[in-house]
Amino acid sequence: MSPASTSLSLAGREARRQRLLVTGTEPVGPYTLLRLERGELEPGVPGQFFMLEAPRRVLPRPMSLCQAPPRELTFLIDPIGPGTRALCTLRSGEAIHVLGPLGNGFDLDVDRPVLVAGGIGIAPMPYLAAALGDPPAVLGFRTERHAEAGRLLPGAEIVVEPRLVTELLPNDPCDVLACGPEPMLEALRTRAPHAQLAWEARMACGYGACYGCVVEIDGRNRRLCVDGPVLRNAA
Amino acid sequence: MTVQLLNASGCLDALVAPGIAIQLDAFVTKTVTPQAREGNPPPRIVETESGMLNSIGLQNPGIDAFVEEILPRITELGVPIWVSVGGFSAPDYAEVCERLDGQAAVEVIELNLSCPNVEEAPETAAELVAAARAATTKPLYAKLSPATWDVAESARAVAGAGADGLSLVNTIRGLALNPTTRRPNLPRGAGGYSGPALRPIALACVHACARAVALPIVGMGGVTSGDDVLDFLAAGASAVALGTILFSDPLAPSRIRAELSDTGVPAVVVSRHGIHGFVRNSASRHVLSSE
Repeated sequence: MSPASTSLSLAGREARRQRLLVTGTEPVGPYTLLRLERGELEPGVPGQFFMLEAPRRVLPRPMSLCQAPPRELTFLIDPIGPGTRALCTLRSGEAIHVLGPLGNGFDLDVDRPVLVAGGIGIAPMPYLAAALGDPPAVLGFRTERHAEAGRLLPGAEIVVEPRLVTELLPNDPCDVLACGPEPMLEALRTRAPHAQLAWEARMACGYGACYGCVVEIDGRNRRLCVDGPVLRNAA
Repeated sequence: MTVQLLNASGCLDALVAPGIAIQLDAFVTKTVTPQAREGNPPPRIVETESGMLNSIGLQNPGIDAFVEEILPRITELGVPIWVSVGGFSAPDYAEVCERLDGQAAVEVIELNLSCPNVEEAPETAAELVAAARAATTKPLYAKLSPATWDVAESARAVAGAGADGLSLVNTIRGLALNPTTRRPNLPRGAGGYSGPALRPIALACVHACARAVALPIVGMGGVTSGDDVLDFLAAGASAVALGTILFSDPLAPSRIRAELSDTGVPAVVVSRHGIHGFVRNSASRHVLSSE
Protein backbone atom coordinates (compact mmCIF):
# COMPACT_ATOMS: atom_id res chain seq x y z
CA MET A 1 0.00 0.00 0.00
CA SER A 2 1.19 3.50 -0.82
CA PRO A 3 1.35 5.91 2.17
CA ALA A 4 -1.41 8.51 2.52
CA SER A 5 -1.77 11.30 -0.02
CA THR A 6 -2.06 15.04 0.54
CA SER A 7 -4.55 17.18 -1.33
CA LEU A 8 -3.50 20.53 -2.80
CA SER A 9 -5.36 23.22 -4.69
CA LEU A 10 -3.09 24.21 -7.59
CA ALA A 11 -4.18 26.75 -10.20
CA GLY A 12 -7.74 26.37 -8.97
CA ARG A 13 -7.80 22.59 -9.37
CA GLU A 14 -7.47 19.73 -6.97
CA ALA A 15 -4.26 17.70 -7.19
CA ARG A 16 -2.78 15.16 -4.82
CA ARG A 17 0.76 14.22 -3.90
CA GLN A 18 1.53 10.70 -2.83
CA ARG A 19 4.41 8.24 -2.73
CA LEU A 20 3.34 5.53 -5.14
CA LEU A 21 4.69 2.00 -5.45
CA VAL A 22 6.12 0.88 -8.76
CA THR A 23 4.16 -2.16 -9.90
CA GLY A 24 6.34 -2.85 -12.94
CA THR A 25 8.11 -1.61 -16.03
CA GLU A 26 8.05 -2.98 -19.55
CA PRO A 27 10.01 -2.06 -22.66
CA VAL A 28 7.99 -0.64 -25.56
CA GLY A 29 10.47 -0.30 -28.42
CA PRO A 30 13.10 2.14 -27.11
CA TYR A 31 10.66 3.51 -24.53
CA THR A 32 9.69 2.17 -21.10
CA LEU A 33 6.15 1.87 -19.79
CA LEU A 34 6.29 2.64 -16.06
CA ARG A 35 3.40 1.23 -14.05
CA LEU A 36 2.55 2.76 -10.68
CA GLU A 37 -0.02 1.88 -8.06
CA ARG A 38 -2.73 4.56 -8.43
CA GLY A 39 -3.10 5.24 -4.72
CA GLU A 40 -5.47 8.13 -4.09
CA LEU A 41 -4.51 10.09 -7.22
CA GLU A 42 -7.15 10.85 -9.82
CA PRO A 43 -6.15 10.03 -13.40
CA GLY A 44 -7.56 13.38 -14.55
CA VAL A 45 -8.44 14.42 -18.08
CA PRO A 46 -6.38 12.98 -20.99
CA GLY A 47 -3.52 15.36 -21.76
CA GLN A 48 -3.08 16.43 -18.13
CA PHE A 49 0.28 15.54 -16.61
CA PHE A 50 1.92 14.43 -13.38
CA MET A 51 5.25 15.40 -11.82
CA LEU A 52 7.21 12.20 -11.18
CA GLU A 53 10.05 12.17 -8.67
CA ALA A 54 13.20 11.17 -10.56
CA PRO A 55 15.37 9.15 -8.16
CA ARG A 56 18.61 10.88 -7.15
CA ARG A 57 17.77 14.00 -9.20
CA VAL A 58 17.00 17.52 -7.94
CA LEU A 59 13.85 18.06 -10.02
CA PRO A 60 10.84 15.88 -10.82
CA ARG A 61 9.88 15.18 -14.45
CA PRO A 62 6.54 16.07 -16.09
CA MET A 63 4.79 13.10 -17.74
CA SER A 64 1.34 12.88 -19.26
CA LEU A 65 -0.73 9.88 -18.27
CA CYS A 66 -0.56 7.04 -20.80
CA GLN A 67 -3.17 4.62 -19.46
CA ALA A 68 -5.44 4.39 -16.44
CA PRO A 69 -6.02 0.68 -15.79
CA PRO A 70 -7.89 -0.17 -12.58
CA ARG A 71 -5.86 0.86 -9.52
CA GLU A 72 -2.87 1.84 -11.69
CA LEU A 73 -1.40 4.80 -13.57
CA THR A 74 1.04 4.18 -16.42
CA PHE A 75 3.54 6.53 -18.03
CA LEU A 76 5.46 6.03 -21.28
CA ILE A 77 8.98 7.38 -20.86
CA ASP A 78 11.75 8.04 -23.37
CA PRO A 79 15.12 7.65 -21.59
CA ILE A 80 16.78 10.74 -23.04
CA GLY A 81 18.59 12.09 -19.96
CA PRO A 82 19.57 11.26 -16.40
CA GLY A 83 16.10 11.88 -14.94
CA THR A 84 14.15 9.84 -17.48
CA ARG A 85 16.79 7.09 -17.34
CA ALA A 86 16.38 6.94 -13.55
CA LEU A 87 12.62 6.60 -14.00
CA CYS A 88 13.02 3.85 -16.62
CA THR A 89 15.26 1.78 -14.34
CA LEU A 90 12.88 1.80 -11.37
CA ARG A 91 12.02 -1.68 -10.10
CA SER A 92 8.82 -3.17 -8.73
CA GLY A 93 8.48 -2.41 -5.04
CA GLU A 94 10.38 0.89 -5.23
CA ALA A 95 8.32 4.05 -4.72
CA ILE A 96 8.38 7.62 -6.00
CA HIS A 97 6.48 10.78 -5.12
CA VAL A 98 3.91 11.75 -7.73
CA LEU A 99 1.97 15.05 -7.92
CA GLY A 100 -1.08 15.52 -10.12
CA PRO A 101 -3.08 15.63 -12.22
CA LEU A 102 -1.85 19.06 -13.40
CA GLY A 103 -2.54 21.48 -16.24
CA ASN A 104 -5.22 21.59 -18.90
CA GLY A 105 -6.02 18.39 -20.77
CA PHE A 106 -7.81 17.89 -24.09
CA ASP A 107 -11.35 19.16 -24.58
CA LEU A 108 -13.27 15.93 -25.22
CA ASP A 109 -16.32 17.69 -26.64
CA VAL A 110 -15.40 17.05 -30.28
CA ASP A 111 -17.49 15.73 -33.20
CA ARG A 112 -14.94 14.07 -35.47
CA PRO A 113 -11.78 13.40 -33.46
CA VAL A 114 -8.56 12.33 -35.15
CA LEU A 115 -5.58 11.62 -32.91
CA VAL A 116 -2.15 12.55 -34.26
CA ALA A 117 1.12 11.77 -32.48
CA GLY A 118 4.81 11.85 -33.28
CA GLY A 119 7.43 9.80 -31.41
CA ILE A 120 7.06 9.91 -27.63
CA GLY A 121 4.03 12.14 -28.30
CA ILE A 122 2.12 8.88 -28.38
CA ALA A 123 2.31 8.92 -24.55
CA PRO A 124 -1.10 10.53 -23.80
CA MET A 125 -2.90 8.89 -26.76
CA PRO A 126 -3.98 5.51 -25.28
CA TYR A 127 -5.82 7.24 -22.41
CA LEU A 128 -7.24 9.83 -24.81
CA ALA A 129 -8.36 7.13 -27.27
CA ALA A 130 -10.14 5.25 -24.48
CA ALA A 131 -11.97 8.42 -23.44
CA LEU A 132 -13.10 9.12 -27.02
CA GLY A 133 -14.10 5.55 -27.97
CA ASP A 134 -11.05 4.70 -30.08
CA PRO A 135 -11.27 7.31 -32.84
CA PRO A 136 -9.02 7.18 -35.95
CA ALA A 137 -5.36 7.79 -35.12
CA VAL A 138 -2.20 8.57 -37.07
CA LEU A 139 1.23 7.93 -35.59
CA GLY A 140 4.64 8.94 -36.89
CA PHE A 141 7.99 7.55 -35.75
CA ARG A 142 11.66 8.08 -36.49
CA THR A 143 12.54 4.38 -36.91
CA GLU A 144 10.86 0.97 -37.08
CA ARG A 145 12.04 0.33 -33.51
CA HIS A 146 10.33 3.50 -32.23
CA ALA A 147 7.24 2.45 -34.20
CA GLU A 148 6.92 -0.62 -31.93
CA ALA A 149 5.18 1.80 -29.54
CA GLY A 150 2.29 1.81 -32.02
CA ARG A 151 1.07 -1.37 -30.33
CA LEU A 152 -0.21 0.85 -27.49
CA LEU A 153 -2.82 2.19 -29.92
CA PRO A 154 -4.21 -0.78 -31.88
CA GLY A 155 -5.77 0.20 -35.19
CA ALA A 156 -3.73 3.35 -35.64
CA GLU A 157 -2.12 4.12 -38.98
CA ILE A 158 1.64 4.30 -38.65
CA VAL A 159 4.25 6.08 -40.75
CA VAL A 160 8.01 5.97 -40.35
CA GLU A 161 10.29 8.80 -41.49
CA PRO A 162 10.81 10.10 -44.11
CA ARG A 163 7.02 9.81 -44.36
CA LEU A 164 5.13 12.29 -42.17
CA VAL A 165 1.84 12.10 -40.27
CA THR A 166 0.49 15.07 -42.21
CA GLU A 167 0.42 12.84 -45.35
CA LEU A 168 -2.23 10.66 -43.72
CA LEU A 169 -4.48 13.40 -42.37
CA PRO A 170 -8.01 13.15 -43.78
CA ASN A 171 -8.94 15.93 -46.17
CA ASP A 172 -12.45 16.23 -44.68
CA PRO A 173 -12.94 18.56 -41.75
CA CYS A 174 -12.00 16.85 -38.49
CA ASP A 175 -11.03 17.67 -34.91
CA VAL A 176 -7.29 17.10 -34.59
CA LEU A 177 -5.96 16.26 -31.11
CA ALA A 178 -2.20 16.01 -31.27
CA CYS A 179 1.01 15.56 -29.30
CA GLY A 180 4.52 15.39 -30.69
CA PRO A 181 7.65 17.29 -31.67
CA GLU A 182 7.38 21.01 -32.37
CA PRO A 183 7.85 20.80 -36.17
CA MET A 184 4.92 18.34 -36.33
CA LEU A 185 2.72 20.58 -34.16
CA GLU A 186 3.66 23.61 -36.26
CA ALA A 187 2.73 21.73 -39.43
CA LEU A 188 -0.62 20.74 -37.91
CA ARG A 189 -1.22 24.33 -36.87
CA THR A 190 -1.20 25.29 -40.52
CA ARG A 191 -3.26 22.30 -41.69
CA ALA A 192 -5.87 22.26 -38.92
CA PRO A 193 -6.64 25.73 -37.59
CA HIS A 194 -8.71 24.47 -34.65
CA ALA A 195 -6.44 21.61 -33.63
CA GLN A 196 -5.84 20.93 -29.94
CA LEU A 197 -2.08 20.63 -29.54
CA ALA A 198 -0.26 19.25 -26.49
CA TRP A 199 3.08 21.05 -26.18
CA GLU A 200 6.16 20.12 -24.23
CA ALA A 201 8.57 22.21 -22.16
CA ARG A 202 11.19 21.72 -19.49
CA MET A 203 9.50 22.22 -16.14
CA ALA A 204 10.91 22.56 -12.65
CA CYS A 205 7.69 22.56 -10.61
CA GLY A 206 4.71 21.82 -12.89
CA TYR A 207 2.34 23.99 -10.84
CA GLY A 208 3.08 27.59 -11.79
CA ALA A 209 5.76 28.45 -9.23
CA CYS A 210 8.97 28.67 -11.26
CA TYR A 211 8.09 30.36 -14.56
CA GLY A 212 10.54 27.95 -16.18
CA CYS A 213 8.19 26.46 -18.79
CA VAL A 214 6.92 29.56 -20.54
CA VAL A 215 5.91 29.58 -24.20
CA GLU A 216 4.94 32.62 -26.21
CA ILE A 217 1.16 32.86 -26.66
CA ASP A 218 -0.26 35.96 -28.34
CA GLY A 219 3.01 37.79 -27.74
CA ARG A 220 3.08 37.06 -24.00
CA ASN A 221 5.20 34.51 -22.13
CA ARG A 222 2.67 32.17 -20.53
CA ARG A 223 3.36 29.24 -18.24
CA LEU A 224 2.71 26.03 -20.15
CA CYS A 225 2.04 24.14 -16.89
CA VAL A 226 -1.00 26.24 -15.95
CA ASP A 227 -2.12 27.60 -19.35
CA GLY A 228 -1.39 24.29 -21.16
CA PRO A 229 0.02 21.82 -21.91
CA VAL A 230 -2.90 21.41 -24.32
CA LEU A 231 -3.49 24.63 -26.23
CA ARG A 232 -6.20 25.14 -28.75
CA ASN A 233 -4.67 26.40 -31.95
CA ALA A 234 -5.59 30.02 -32.54
CA ALA A 235 -8.00 30.39 -35.45
CA MET B 1 10.02 27.87 19.97
CA THR B 2 9.21 27.83 16.29
CA VAL B 3 11.38 28.59 13.31
CA GLN B 4 10.13 31.16 10.82
CA LEU B 5 9.91 29.70 7.33
CA LEU B 6 9.51 31.81 4.20
CA ASN B 7 9.76 31.05 0.50
CA ALA B 8 12.64 32.39 -1.56
CA SER B 9 11.51 35.05 -4.01
CA GLY B 10 10.59 33.61 -7.40
CA CYS B 11 10.00 30.11 -6.08
CA LEU B 12 6.27 30.28 -5.31
CA ASP B 13 3.17 31.93 -6.78
CA ALA B 14 0.70 32.41 -3.94
CA LEU B 15 -2.17 32.85 -6.38
CA VAL B 16 -1.77 29.46 -8.06
CA ALA B 17 -0.70 27.68 -4.87
CA PRO B 18 -2.46 29.43 -1.96
CA GLY B 19 -2.42 26.26 0.15
CA ILE B 20 1.37 26.27 0.10
CA ALA B 21 1.69 30.01 0.73
CA ILE B 22 -0.42 29.80 3.89
CA GLN B 23 1.95 27.21 5.33
CA LEU B 24 4.62 29.91 5.46
CA ASP B 25 5.26 32.59 8.09
CA ALA B 26 5.57 35.13 5.29
CA PHE B 27 5.09 34.99 1.55
CA VAL B 28 7.83 36.64 -0.51
CA THR B 29 6.65 37.78 -3.95
CA LYS B 30 8.42 37.36 -7.24
CA THR B 31 10.57 40.42 -7.94
CA VAL B 32 8.59 43.48 -9.04
CA THR B 33 10.17 46.08 -11.34
CA PRO B 34 8.86 49.53 -12.40
CA GLN B 35 7.75 48.31 -15.83
CA ALA B 36 6.23 44.97 -16.88
CA ARG B 37 8.80 42.45 -18.10
CA GLU B 38 8.26 39.39 -20.31
CA GLY B 39 11.50 37.86 -19.00
CA ASN B 40 14.06 35.82 -20.89
CA PRO B 41 13.31 33.54 -23.87
CA PRO B 42 12.89 29.80 -23.19
CA PRO B 43 14.35 27.37 -22.39
CA ARG B 44 14.77 28.92 -18.96
CA ILE B 45 15.78 26.06 -16.73
CA VAL B 46 18.22 23.20 -16.76
CA GLU B 47 18.96 20.64 -14.09
CA THR B 48 22.52 19.78 -13.11
CA GLU B 49 23.87 16.97 -10.93
CA SER B 50 23.17 18.72 -7.64
CA GLY B 51 21.17 21.82 -8.45
CA MET B 52 19.45 23.71 -11.22
CA LEU B 53 20.11 26.78 -13.32
CA ASN B 54 17.37 29.26 -14.05
CA SER B 55 17.22 32.17 -16.43
CA ILE B 56 13.76 33.60 -15.85
CA GLY B 57 14.83 37.22 -16.17
CA LEU B 58 12.46 38.92 -13.70
CA GLN B 59 9.22 38.26 -15.58
CA ASN B 60 6.60 40.35 -13.76
CA PRO B 61 3.62 42.59 -14.51
CA GLY B 62 5.28 45.81 -13.29
CA ILE B 63 4.53 47.80 -10.13
CA ASP B 64 1.21 49.29 -11.32
CA ALA B 65 -0.41 45.94 -12.14
CA PHE B 66 1.17 44.41 -9.04
CA VAL B 67 -0.38 46.99 -6.71
CA GLU B 68 -3.74 47.01 -8.46
CA GLU B 69 -4.27 43.36 -9.34
CA ILE B 70 -1.96 41.07 -7.41
CA LEU B 71 -1.40 42.66 -4.01
CA PRO B 72 -5.12 42.81 -3.08
CA ARG B 73 -5.53 39.13 -3.93
CA ILE B 74 -2.50 37.86 -2.03
CA THR B 75 -3.47 40.05 0.93
CA GLU B 76 -6.64 37.96 1.25
CA LEU B 77 -4.52 34.92 2.15
CA GLY B 78 -3.76 36.46 5.54
CA VAL B 79 -0.02 35.70 5.36
CA PRO B 80 2.48 38.54 6.00
CA ILE B 81 3.68 39.80 2.63
CA TRP B 82 7.25 40.60 1.71
CA VAL B 83 7.61 42.23 -1.69
CA SER B 84 10.80 41.61 -3.65
CA VAL B 85 11.86 44.74 -5.53
CA GLY B 86 14.19 44.91 -8.51
CA GLY B 87 15.35 47.39 -11.09
CA PHE B 88 18.12 48.56 -13.34
CA SER B 89 19.11 51.75 -11.54
CA ALA B 90 18.78 53.46 -8.16
CA PRO B 91 15.75 55.50 -9.35
CA ASP B 92 14.04 52.21 -10.34
CA TYR B 93 14.40 50.84 -6.81
CA ALA B 94 13.28 54.15 -5.32
CA GLU B 95 10.22 54.30 -7.59
CA VAL B 96 8.96 50.83 -6.68
CA CYS B 97 9.67 51.31 -2.96
CA GLU B 98 7.81 54.62 -2.98
CA ARG B 99 4.76 52.94 -4.54
CA LEU B 100 4.85 50.20 -1.89
CA ASP B 101 5.41 52.58 1.02
CA GLY B 102 1.73 53.45 1.27
CA GLN B 103 0.55 49.84 0.96
CA ALA B 104 -0.43 48.70 4.45
CA ALA B 105 -0.44 45.05 3.36
CA VAL B 106 3.29 45.10 2.64
CA GLU B 107 5.18 44.01 5.76
CA VAL B 108 8.73 44.07 4.41
CA ILE B 109 10.49 45.09 1.19
CA GLU B 110 13.26 42.79 0.04
CA LEU B 111 15.68 44.42 -2.37
CA ASN B 112 16.84 42.03 -5.06
CA LEU B 113 20.30 43.52 -5.51
CA SER B 114 21.81 40.53 -7.19
CA CYS B 115 19.74 38.88 -9.94
CA PRO B 116 22.27 37.01 -12.10
CA ASN B 117 19.91 36.92 -15.10
CA VAL B 118 19.57 40.60 -16.02
CA GLU B 119 21.91 43.52 -16.54
CA GLU B 120 23.04 44.93 -13.22
CA ALA B 121 22.32 48.43 -12.04
CA PRO B 122 25.45 50.59 -12.26
CA GLU B 123 25.22 51.61 -8.60
CA THR B 124 26.66 49.60 -5.71
CA ALA B 125 24.38 47.58 -3.43
CA ALA B 126 24.77 50.22 -0.73
CA GLU B 127 23.75 53.01 -3.13
CA LEU B 128 20.65 51.05 -4.15
CA VAL B 129 19.74 50.49 -0.49
CA ALA B 130 20.24 54.19 0.23
CA ALA B 131 17.92 55.12 -2.65
CA ALA B 132 15.28 52.68 -1.38
CA ARG B 133 15.75 53.90 2.21
CA ALA B 134 14.96 57.45 1.14
CA ALA B 135 11.75 56.24 -0.53
CA THR B 136 10.17 54.15 2.24
CA THR B 137 9.94 53.65 5.97
CA LYS B 138 9.11 49.94 5.56
CA PRO B 139 11.67 47.43 6.81
CA LEU B 140 14.22 46.84 4.04
CA TYR B 141 15.97 43.51 3.59
CA ALA B 142 18.96 43.51 1.24
CA LYS B 143 19.29 40.29 -0.76
CA LEU B 144 22.95 39.81 -1.50
CA SER B 145 24.84 37.75 -4.02
CA PRO B 146 27.24 35.07 -2.76
CA ALA B 147 29.47 35.89 -5.73
CA THR B 148 31.60 38.45 -3.99
CA TRP B 149 35.03 38.27 -2.46
CA ASP B 150 33.90 39.59 0.91
CA VAL B 151 30.17 39.31 1.56
CA ALA B 152 30.64 40.62 5.10
CA GLU B 153 31.93 43.87 3.63
CA SER B 154 28.78 44.09 1.45
CA ALA B 155 26.69 43.42 4.57
CA ARG B 156 28.40 46.26 6.46
CA ALA B 157 27.91 48.60 3.51
CA VAL B 158 24.16 47.91 3.14
CA ALA B 159 23.72 48.10 6.93
CA GLY B 160 25.35 51.52 6.85
CA ALA B 161 23.02 52.55 4.02
CA GLY B 162 19.96 51.76 6.11
CA ALA B 163 19.08 48.09 5.54
CA ASP B 164 17.07 46.52 8.38
CA GLY B 165 17.95 42.95 7.53
CA LEU B 166 19.71 40.65 5.10
CA SER B 167 18.46 37.90 2.80
CA LEU B 168 21.32 35.51 2.16
CA VAL B 169 21.81 34.38 -0.54
CA ASN B 170 20.65 34.87 -4.09
CA THR B 171 21.59 32.30 -6.75
CA ILE B 172 25.14 32.22 -8.04
CA ARG B 173 25.94 32.39 -11.74
CA GLY B 174 26.57 28.98 -13.33
CA LEU B 175 26.84 27.42 -16.77
CA ALA B 176 25.65 24.08 -18.12
CA LEU B 177 26.48 22.74 -21.58
CA ASN B 178 24.51 20.45 -23.84
CA PRO B 179 26.41 17.11 -23.84
CA THR B 180 26.06 16.73 -27.62
CA THR B 181 26.69 20.25 -28.91
CA ARG B 182 28.81 21.57 -25.99
CA ARG B 183 26.87 24.79 -26.34
CA PRO B 184 25.12 26.47 -23.37
CA ASN B 185 21.81 24.91 -22.42
CA LEU B 186 20.30 28.34 -21.75
CA PRO B 187 20.03 30.96 -24.50
CA ARG B 188 21.76 33.61 -22.38
CA GLY B 189 24.58 31.23 -21.51
CA ALA B 190 24.88 31.36 -17.74
CA GLY B 191 21.94 31.19 -15.32
CA GLY B 192 21.33 31.39 -11.58
CA TYR B 193 22.47 28.24 -9.79
CA SER B 194 20.31 27.03 -6.90
CA GLY B 195 19.59 23.84 -5.01
CA PRO B 196 21.68 21.67 -2.67
CA ALA B 197 24.98 22.68 -4.29
CA LEU B 198 24.41 26.26 -3.12
CA ARG B 199 23.94 25.33 0.55
CA PRO B 200 27.56 25.38 1.81
CA ILE B 201 28.16 28.65 -0.05
CA ALA B 202 25.05 30.19 1.53
CA LEU B 203 26.02 28.93 4.98
CA ALA B 204 29.45 30.54 4.66
CA CYS B 205 27.81 33.85 3.73
CA VAL B 206 25.35 33.71 6.63
CA HIS B 207 28.15 32.83 9.03
CA ALA B 208 30.36 35.68 7.83
CA CYS B 209 27.59 38.30 7.82
CA ALA B 210 26.19 37.30 11.20
CA ARG B 211 29.59 38.14 12.70
CA ALA B 212 29.90 41.36 10.74
CA VAL B 213 26.57 43.08 11.35
CA ALA B 214 23.81 43.07 13.97
CA LEU B 215 20.97 42.64 11.47
CA PRO B 216 18.47 39.78 11.30
CA ILE B 217 19.27 37.35 8.48
CA VAL B 218 16.94 35.23 6.39
CA GLY B 219 19.11 32.30 5.35
CA MET B 220 18.45 30.46 2.10
CA GLY B 221 20.22 28.31 -0.42
CA GLY B 222 19.58 24.61 -0.98
CA VAL B 223 17.49 23.99 2.13
CA THR B 224 15.75 20.63 1.79
CA SER B 225 15.19 19.41 5.36
CA GLY B 226 14.77 20.32 9.00
CA ASP B 227 18.42 19.47 9.48
CA ASP B 228 19.41 22.07 6.88
CA VAL B 229 17.27 24.65 8.70
CA LEU B 230 19.16 23.94 11.92
CA ASP B 231 22.44 24.50 10.06
CA PHE B 232 21.30 27.94 8.91
CA LEU B 233 20.11 28.90 12.39
CA ALA B 234 23.40 27.74 13.86
CA ALA B 235 25.33 29.77 11.28
CA GLY B 236 23.44 32.91 12.33
CA ALA B 237 20.17 33.07 10.43
CA SER B 238 17.05 34.33 12.22
CA ALA B 239 14.66 32.76 9.71
CA VAL B 240 15.00 30.41 6.76
CA ALA B 241 13.59 30.52 3.23
CA LEU B 242 12.81 27.58 0.96
CA GLY B 243 13.54 27.82 -2.75
CA THR B 244 14.27 25.01 -5.19
CA ILE B 245 12.87 22.36 -2.81
CA LEU B 246 9.39 23.83 -3.39
CA PHE B 247 9.63 22.74 -7.04
CA SER B 248 10.08 19.05 -6.19
CA ASP B 249 8.15 19.05 -2.92
CA PRO B 250 5.44 21.70 -2.61
CA LEU B 251 4.62 20.28 0.81
CA ALA B 252 8.15 20.99 2.06
CA PRO B 253 7.09 23.72 4.55
CA SER B 254 4.89 21.36 6.57
CA ARG B 255 7.30 18.44 6.17
CA ILE B 256 10.24 20.52 7.41
CA ARG B 257 8.23 21.83 10.35
CA ALA B 258 7.38 18.24 11.27
CA GLU B 259 11.05 17.26 11.03
CA LEU B 260 12.00 20.17 13.29
CA SER B 261 9.37 19.30 15.84
CA ASP B 262 10.46 15.64 15.79
CA THR B 263 14.08 16.51 16.49
CA GLY B 264 13.32 19.54 18.67
CA VAL B 265 15.20 22.76 17.99
CA PRO B 266 18.36 22.49 20.10
CA ALA B 267 18.69 24.70 23.16
CA VAL B 268 21.91 26.17 21.76
CA VAL B 269 19.77 28.11 19.28
CA VAL B 270 19.05 31.21 21.32
CA SER B 271 17.03 34.29 20.57
CA ARG B 272 18.88 37.39 19.55
CA HIS B 273 17.39 39.15 16.56
CA GLY B 274 13.72 39.63 15.79
CA ILE B 275 12.58 39.25 12.20
CA HIS B 276 10.33 42.05 11.04
CA GLY B 277 6.67 41.24 10.94
CA PHE B 278 7.03 38.30 13.32
CA VAL B 279 6.71 37.93 17.05
CA ARG B 280 10.13 38.94 18.29
CA ASN B 281 10.64 36.20 20.85
CA SER B 282 10.30 33.48 18.25
CA ALA B 283 13.31 34.53 16.22
CA SER B 284 16.56 32.85 16.93
CA ARG B 285 20.25 32.86 16.41
CA HIS B 286 22.89 30.44 17.51
CA VAL B 287 25.82 32.00 19.31
CA LEU B 288 28.79 30.18 17.92
CA SER B 289 31.36 29.02 20.44
CA SER B 290 34.09 30.92 18.66
CA GLU B 291 32.41 34.26 19.29
